[in-house]
Amino acid sequence: MMEKDRPLLSIRGLQTRFHTLDGIVNAVEGVDLAVYRGETLGLVGESGCGKSVTALSVLQLLACPPAEILGEIRFQGGNLLDLDREGIRRIRGNAISMIFQEPMTSLNPVLTIGEQIAEAVRLHQNLSKQEAWRWAEQMLQMVQIPSPRQRAKEYPHKLSGGMRQRAMIAMALSCNPQLLFADEPTTALDVTIQAQILNLMQRLKEEFHTSIVLITHDLGVIAEMASRVVVMYAGQVVEEAPVRELFKDPRHPYTVGLLGSVPVIGRKSKMGRRLQEIPGMVPGPLETPEGCRFHPRCPEVMDQCRRESPGETVLGEHRRVRCLLAS
Amino acid sequence: MTDRDGQRAYAGKFRKSWAKLKRNKAALFGGALLAVYLLTALLAPALFPGSPSAPNLMMSLEKPSWEHPLGTDELGRTILGRIIWGSRVSLLIAAGVVSVGLFLGVPFGLISGYYGGRVDFGIQRITDMMLAFPGFLLALALVAVLGVGLKNTVISIGISMIPIYIRLVRGCVLTVREQVYVEAARAVGTKDFRIILRHILPNVMVPITVQTSLGMGTAILFAAGLGFLGVGVQPPTPEWGAMLGSGRAYLFNAPHVATFPGVAIFLAVLSFNLLGDGLRDALDPRFRI
Repeated sequence: MMEKDRPLLSIRGLQTRFHTLDGIVNAVEGVDLAVYRGETLGLVGESGCGKSVTALSVLQLLACPPAEILGEIRFQGGNLLDLDREGIRRIRGNAISMIFQEPMTSLNPVLTIGEQIAEAVRLHQNLSKQEAWRWAEQMLQMVQIPSPRQRAKEYPHKLSGGMRQRAMIAMALSCNPQLLFADEPTTALDVTIQAQILNLMQRLKEEFHTSIVLITHDLGVIAEMASRVVVMYAGQVVEEAPVRELFKDPRHPYTVGLLGSVPVIGRKSKMGRRLQEIPGMVPGPLETPEGCRFHPRCPEVMDQCRRESPGETVLGEHRRVRCLLAS
Repeated sequence: MTDRDGQRAYAGKFRKSWAKLKRNKAALFGGALLAVYLLTALLAPALFPGSPSAPNLMMSLEKPSWEHPLGTDELGRTILGRIIWGSRVSLLIAAGVVSVGLFLGVPFGLISGYYGGRVDFGIQRITDMMLAFPGFLLALALVAVLGVGLKNTVISIGISMIPIYIRLVRGCVLTVREQVYVEAARAVGTKDFRIILRHILPNVMVPITVQTSLGMGTAILFAAGLGFLGVGVQPPTPEWGAMLGSGRAYLFNAPHVATFPGVAIFLAVLSFNLLGDGLRDALDPRFRI
């Protein structure tokens, strides 16, 4: 870990709300987050906890209105939220890039792979069409697509899911961004391809010195890839820890529950033979419970939890938890 | 950039659509009929040398015969010749009208659908206003303002078609806009203008193509309607609608004068509609088997 460095990206008090007909939906509420150079930060949580919205807020890929993004996102010495449309457009793909969950739909069906990558290159770099095309072929080679020259000329429908995700990665990394948001990059892929893509991302991260924010709900992926983990629940950060400490000594009951719900071959669950689950459901965005947001599902709930919203307790460097038990 | 593989992939798609179109007998018939009209229009000087508008009062209102296969009109002009030359006028109008509709309707539809919000609201309310009039009535009102003649016929009918394109394109853009690849394009920093042109427009081309084919049929019908009312293309230019209108007076003693231009109009509109329907089925991936 590179504690000495100043963070590459630092999010402070991020609030993302959506103004809907049913009322204001607080998708992200007061998220603080720092990403350091060259690290992989895991962002974990159940569906709807605000992981993706956090990433989309950084790149301002949400339509405003209905969305409203407040807080501070410091990157390269400035606040991204102060930038105008053109300013943030220059950042996208160039300094901060993003790959999405669905490789089947994230490539345009009417343009060839090469055209799409070359276009991304030419957006930020002053290259001729031929140069950009050659660059695209090189990028395809980088992401280990076999016979890249042929593939560059093909349309997305001829490529498999894994190949398309490789092409997406090639496109996202084509301008050598400092930071890459990977939003569930392997969820839609089958397991062997998942491992290949993760290895590829790991290798490219080292090669390009790119920081990665890996958004996932798969703790196995986190264990393999991330150096630091931030756990989110209902729009808030509930725990942050270096990856080993999180797996060894989770402090928030939600993290404990998440870890307990991962099947481990050869391990018997403490509660008997059954896999543990977290009871209940994630609260809907319009029905956030009072007090601690996790209290209706928490096995260690106290009376205080129902009334009092816990603050963050710092337990050490890069170690914080939002739970009354820890304070 | 040589792009043979890409072209092959695209050709594969094209072949599939063509195969589907070929299986659709009605569409094939429409296409063939249209080809006949196109050839007729192109070869008009060869098929019917001389002016189709030169009167020959000695031969007025002749019944169909070997010399005049479809008979003659009140001024003794050969109806077949006027229909042949009239196909030029009608196809010209059809092409002109959809060009006006495409060039003005598609950009506004794209902008309206892509940006949404106030821009969308403004464009859509104007569209609503235009759609509040039946298309033909709007064209008629515009002719009243602009005046008669070929050019004004094209402009008026063209304008009356713009809202149809705006609505169609906007609707399609609303779905394409939400696709992940558009978001992905935005995430690598693509400018709005490029997203619209490179990522959205090609993905809404199919409905535009179909509408263009159907729109040509409508344009011919509208132009004939204006001609029939005497406010379209002016005589002596051979125009089917105007021919129909002038034949109306002799409907009882010389029915062929009005009948044959009517058949020409009917078949032309039919050909565009059959082809348009066939294209829709062949190009729409949801219907692909």
